[in-house]
Amino acid sequence: MKTVFFWSVCLALSLGAARVPADGVFDQYRDLMGDDNPAVFVIDEGEELWFTAQGPKSATLEACDLGLGSGVTAGAYVRFPRYFADTNEVMDVEARLVHCMTTIQGRDLESVTAKPYSLRGDLGTEIEALVTWLAAESEGETIAPEQTHAAEREMYVLGEEIFFYRAGPHDFSCATCHEQSEMRIRLQSLPDLTSHAGAANAWGSWPAYRISQGLVRTMGWRMRDCFRQQRWPELQMGSTTSIALQTYMAVNAAGGVMSAPGLKR
Amino acid sequence: MTTMKAKPISRRRWLQWTLVLGAAAALPGRVWATLVRPDAAFGATALDQALAALGDAPSAHEGIEFVTPDIAENGAVVPIRVAVDSAALPNVTKVSILVEMNPNPLAASFNIPLGTEVYIETRVKVAQTCTLYAVVEADGQLFMQSRETKVTLGGCGG
Amino acid sequence: MAGRIKIRAQKKGDITEVKALMRHPMETGMRKDEAGEAIPAHFITEVVVFHGDQTVMQGHWGAAVSANPFLGVRFEGGEPGDTVRVTWEDNQGGTGEGQTTIR
Repeated sequence: MKTVFFWSVCLALSLGAARVPADGVFDQYRDLMGDDNPAVFVIDEGEELWFTAQGPKSATLEACDLGLGSGVTAGAYVRFPRYFADTNEVMDVEARLVHCMTTIQGRDLESVTAKPYSLRGDLGTEIEALVTWLAAESEGETIAPEQTHAAEREMYVLGEEIFFYRAGPHDFSCATCHEQSEMRIRLQSLPDLTSHAGAANAWGSWPAYRISQGLVRTMGWRMRDCFRQQRWPELQMGSTTSIALQTYMAVNAAGGVMSAPGLKR
Repeated sequence: MTTMKAKPISRRRWLQWTLVLGAAAALPGRVWATLVRPDAAFGATALDQALAALGDAPSAHEGIEFVTPDIAENGAVVPIRVAVDSAALPNVTKVSILVEMNPNPLAASFNIPLGTEVYIETRVKVAQTCTLYAVVEADGQLFMQSRETKVTLGGCGG
Repeated sequence: MAGRIKIRAQKKGDITEVKALMRHPMETGMRKDEAGEAIPAHFITEVVVFHGDQTVMQGHWGAAVSANPFLGVRFEGGEPGDTVRVTWEDNQGGTGEGQTTIR
């Protein structure tokens, strides 16, 4: 118990000490980087994968219903997470893609979900490419997650609860880092995800090309990596926990504009 | 009193000359020189070795504009820009980028034919905070500009 | 999925501005994968920019050029509609090529 308290104090101090004076420090860096975002390759790869016949049924994903009808990709991303009657579940875009791959293409669930996110040395995964293309298909659209079905509203409430839930060896919650504005860790500013502005900026800029990793990362990965940093158990793609947190964030972001894929440190 | 001795040409040097001459014989004009990769410079593991492999010690020249960020969020991608004012420093045929503390300091070397602006933008890896060099060759002489870039490691923000 | 190049070439006054993004991992050979195995060096060693059949720039690269490399160069004398082509070779024998027209 004492140890936990000790670490909590350390973390509180290290976080609390970091009130932002540093914004603008990287402006020069970002100006030099320009807007040439290697995610353009990943968008193309995602589009090609959508139209590539795969699996035992040798089918493309064109029959996949992302909520706006079979094969409608433009504007679909901004409505996620949303309830689907055919599965009786609230799904994020990744879970929906997995559903389409297993049902329409007849692919094996285990192999489709074995490695959703790139590891070091990879150039990208199928899920990453498809999600990036779908996000680009909603560029400039208003973030408007469905909140009409009771299950969607329940997801939001659950997500809010998880967001503030402290756990793990460091007694950490999502909120520890993300419920105040103008805070940072080292030189990275931390968005306040409880505010509309913070959530809209974050939700609207993922998937993003992560410069340090040379890869496009999805919001599902971003959530999983936060869990890793909180020293929580690994967050599974498409799990209720992941979808609940994304619902909480997307609903807080509603009204914001989709500008993904972004370009991040 | 010292005696000057003719330095025997090393096997490696010999091989390089053979390649250069062979290429020169095969191709017309000034194109030939651009085809030889400066392997010795790329293989060098220290800055002075790499510079020595490129030629004589470069002197600083104001005609070279070398832009790097003062501070980079991540050393994996550091954007750089080299532009040479041809009025101040004419006849530049080569631009090399070196990163002092990298395992192999020479990152890239560009051959610039006539008619091409001496202008290069690219992004390089910088292992740790150190000095970056833009070294240009004009009329067989080397000139340079240098800049320090601080590299920070990321936290967990997004 | 390697091998692709995205190129933009734009005429500005007398100068044609070329910006190219290449799809390549640019592995140094010094990194390890999650299993602790060394990831073999894999990087572009040579990149050439052509305007029509003229070489505009030729670069020799080491592994210190960043992943998914970006290259910006400028040359004189291009006209809208002319072809700009970029090619690369890597240390494993791979090649890439892309082209666009000046606008």
